[in-house]
Order: sequence, then C-alpha cells, then structure tokens
Amino acid sequence: MKSTLLVIAVAALYILHQDIWFWRSSYLVFGFIPIGLFYQGVFSIAASLLMWLLVTFAWPSHLEREVEETPREDETA
Amino acid sequence: MIPAIVVFLYLATVLYIGIFAFRRAAGREKAEDYFLASRSLGPFVFLFSLFGTNMTAFAILGSSGHAFNNGIVTFGLMASSSGLVIPLTIFLIGTRVWALGKKYGFMTPVQMFRDRWECSHIGTAIFVVQAVLLVPYIIIGIMGGGTTLFTISGGFVPYWFGGAIVALVVMSYVFFGGMRGTAWVNTFQTVLFLCFGAIALIVIGVGMGGFSTAAEGLKNSPMAFLLTRERISTYYFFSYTFIPLSAIAFPHILIFCLTARKMNQFKKTVIFYPICILAIWLPCVFLGVMANRVADVPQIKAKQEARRVLGTQGRTMEPEQREQLREQSAGDDVIMLLLQRYAPLWLAGLLGAGIMAAVMASDSQILALSTMFTEDVFAFYGGKRRFGESVQVQTGRIFIILITLFAYAVALRAPETIFELAIQYAFSGFAALSPLLVAALFWKGSTKWGALAVTVWTALAVIAVAVFQESVPAPAPGVNQVIWSLGGTEVLARTPGGTAVFRFMPVVPMVIVSALLMWIVSLVTQKPAQSTLARYFGGGNQ
Repeated sequence: MKSTLLVIAVAALYILHQDIWFWRSSYLVFGFIPIGLFYQGVFSIAASLLMWLLVTFAWPSHLEREVEETPREDETA
Repeated sequence: MIPAIVVFLYLATVLYIGIFAFRRAAGREKAEDYFLASRSLGPFVFLFSLFGTNMTAFAILGSSGHAFNNGIVTFGLMASSSGLVIPLTIFLIGTRVWALGKKYGFMTPVQMFRDRWECSHIGTAIFVVQAVLLVPYIIIGIMGGGTTLFTISGGFVPYWFGGAIVALVVMSYVFFGGMRGTAWVNTFQTVLFLCFGAIALIVIGVGMGGFSTAAEGLKNSPMAFLLTRERISTYYFFSYTFIPLSAIAFPHILIFCLTARKMNQFKKTVIFYPICILAIWLPCVFLGVMANRVADVPQIKAKQEARRVLGTQGRTMEPEQREQLREQSAGDDVIMLLLQRYAPLWLAGLLGAGIMAAVMASDSQILALSTMFTEDVFAFYGGKRRFGESVQVQTGRIFIILITLFAYAVALRAPETIFELAIQYAFSGFAALSPLLVAALFWKGSTKWGALAVTVWTALAVIAVAVFQESVPAPAPGVNQVIWSLGGTEVLARTPGGTAVFRFMPVVPMVIVSALLMWIVSLVTQKPAQSTLARYFGGGNQ
C-alpha cells in the first residue's frame, strides 16, 4: 500500500511538471516573477519533499545490511 | 585585469586542493584509493561533489543564454525536470550500484555489466560507446576555459593560453589528487556556484533598479513571449523529461556513486538535489530573461537585433546566413556582460571565478575515462595481473596526461559549435543507454545480447541524428521542415533547434527502442547461469 502510494505520487509529480495550465500566462507573481517560472520553482521544492518521502518510507536498507553481512568478494578470494 | 587576477588566484586554490589531496593519500598506491578515494567520501563532500560533477558550464552560462533567447521555459525544460528525474535515478539505481560495488569490488559500470551478463567483449563495446560520447565534454571544457579567461581579462589572456592554463590546472589536480582531489575541488566549486547565483541576482537586481520595472516592461513589449512558454510545443517540453535519464548512465556519475562511505550518504543527496538545482538555475534563468530589458549594453542590443532579423527575414535567407545570425544572437555570455555592467570590478572577479568553476567541470570526465581505461581495458586484458596495481595507477595517470593533451590539441583547431552539437547528441545517447542499468539491476531475464543490441542501437541512432542534422540545414525560427510523413502524420522533421520524430525529440524514440530491444532480444537469447543471477537477485523469483 505504502509503495503504491509512493509510485502514484511520483507519477503525479511527473504529470504536474507538464504544467499546461500556465502555458500562455505572463502573470507576474510578487510583481516580478513570471507565473510559469514560479510554478516550476515550487515544483522543485515539491520534488525535494517527494524525495524525502521516498527516503523515509522506501529506503532500501536491506542493501546496506547485505553489504555489512557479506565479506567483499575480491578481498576474500 | 583585476577580475583575471582573482580568477588566477582561484585556479591556484584549486590546484592546491588537488595537491593537498595527493599528500593525504601519499603512500597508498592502490587503484581503489586513487580512482574511488577508497570509497570513503563523507555526506557533505558526497552531496556537493556529485552535484558539482553533474553541473557543467551549461548550468550558468548556457542556462542564462538559453533563457535570453527562449525565456522562462529553460527552467522547466532543463532544471525542474532534472530535479525530479536525477535524484529518483540516484535513489533507485545509484544506491544499488553502490551496494554491488561494495560487495563485489566493481569500480566501473562495465565491470558490473561484464559480471552480471557473463560477457567480455560486449563489455568492451559498451566501454567504447561510453568513451566516445564522453570525450566531447572534455574538449568543450577546455574551450570554455579559454573563452572565459579571454573575456574576463578583456582580451589580455589569449584563447590558446587560457585553454592551456585550464587544461594544465585540471590535469594537475586530477593527476595528483585522483578521485579525492576531484571530489574536494568539486565541493569547493559547488559552494562557489551556489553563492554565485544569489550574489549575481542581488548585484544585477540593484544595478537595474529592481526587477519589477524590468519584468513589467518585458510583459508590455513584443518580447512578452519570453515570460511564457507559448512558443514551445508540448511535445518538445515533454521530450525533455527523457534527457535527465542520461545523468545516471554517465560513467562519471555512476563511478561517483561508488565513492560513498555509507549508503546513508545518498539520503541527503537525493533530498537536496532538487533544491541545489533550484538555487543555481532559477537566478541564472531569471537573469537571462531580464537581460532583454538592458538597454545600455551594446553587445546585448546586437544580439537582440540579430534575433529580430532572424525572426522576421529568416525564411528568405540562405542557411549559412541563418546560422551566422543564430551565432550572433547566442546568449552564452549575457551573464558575464551583465556582471561587467553592474558588478564592481573585484566582485566581477569573484563571480568570474564562479563561472570558471562551472567551466572546469570536465575534471570528473577525465578521471572517469582514466578509471574506465585502466579497469575495463588495461586490467581486464591482463595488464594489472602482469605489471601490478602500482603500474595500473601510473597508467591511469599517463592516460590523464594523454587525454588532456589530445583534448587541448583538438580545442585549438576545431570550431566550438561542433562539440556543442556532439554534447547534444551525447545526452540523448547516454539516455538511450539507461535501459542497460535498469535491466541489469531489476530484470533477471536480461541478457548480454540484449545489452549488445542496446549499445549498437545507441551508437547507430546517435550517428544517424548527427548525419541528418549535418546534411539538412536548420530552417528559419518557427518553421519545421518535414522530411517524411505518413498519411498526414509527421514522422521526421528538421526543426530550427534539431530533429523531431513524430514531433518528439529523438531522445524519446531512442530510449523507447532501447528498452524494447533489451526486452525482445533478451526474451529469445540465453540467460546467465543461476549462480550469477543468485549473486544479484538472491534465490527468489524476480
């Protein structure tokens, strides 16, 4: 369930990147930032939050455990 | 002259960092220490050096130049898409490659492919394609260094001398410091990048009397399209999300993933990568757009005039004339022109050092090529066994000298535009190689023949796009020259900026066909032995 939600979140953010709704708008946020640029800036912050979710809830810690438990092959040979 | 002196001080600092790293590693002539810093980089250095490795001259000079002519779309095309895709690939692929490197001692992607698919010469074929796609980066880095020093010194430092200095400094710290020196220099450079964007924004903003007036002026001018994406097709915008797939397939990025001391160090990199991209790209793109409102810099006016003539009369011109106007309107130096206009001399020097930091990002590619040559060719074909590890490291160092001399010699003779184009193809090429990693790490059923099919397809597709763009001249802005259509559907077209296949950039079909080839060819060819699969996937079915 957790993995499914995270996959949906990644797909949703990928779609949100297309941003077709501000394609032709030249509205200036705070009087100087074009809305299309502002949106993509906020998108970057959202991408960072998504990465935090992935790292927190889907971190492949089994890989690290495997590394700690397995002696390195080329050194033991 | 003051900015040039500051830049020379910066170069001396970078050289010192590399030599300091050499002294820290003295007495340890081990390949793993020289090429991978003994897999011991800490979280701060790992985050900033991995990010710095991926930020080429394009991050500062190219982004503002592209935004100058194309507007705010530059950020969505190149920055925010990378902010999502690159950390995601580091999270999914980088961590797994790190774990395999720790377990089995891999130092290059090709070593992993050879082991995973039980192949030898197919691995060599992958090495050749990777190396050929990587070399243009090294050449363009030296060219950028020569051009930047020439511009910053007001023509006092000639191009050949500037290029030679940059080549010598990069070669020296890579030669002495290996991965440790390169990582420390990259960390230092990334901190400079991050400061650069914020300082440049404040200085130029104050100089222009605030951005509100400039933005309002732009909105009410014929150039208002720069504040929107109305001149970019949705197909083109979508296609660009495939380009960041190249990042994890670049050998220097993947090799960098092997340098982390612990897997936990990936966490900060994955989380903060989009924020670092935002901090560097947003100011550069914004300043590139706002440069269009600067009325008292003659060089910027000349660029705008060239763009206007190209837009209004381009359709009736010869291809050579259009190309000449395109070069005149190119905005790669707008940031430097803005700094010369608005920043005090000493600050322009500091910011010039930031630009040099971006230009000198070819260090990681040089080291990666050296690592690949010594591991995938020298060691694989018996050199390490016969001559020992110390000779292997010395071979790597000699290779660094040879590749730098070669790149410098080419940089003196060939026109820069050729290599800019080559880099364009290289991004698509590495993106098309990314299914190799996905298949190797996540699909038990993949085979060496599938890998060979992907490699051959990538090489042929890159050559085909290059030949097509060289033989069909670019049309005027706003026009697509359709070369082949089927039942009213546009199949192949030459666009002002490149090529379109079914209206998408070539990278889209290149990646999709790569993935399909890997799947179809693997289905009908023999899988690796169970014992090999067990090393990668354990005993269970995947």
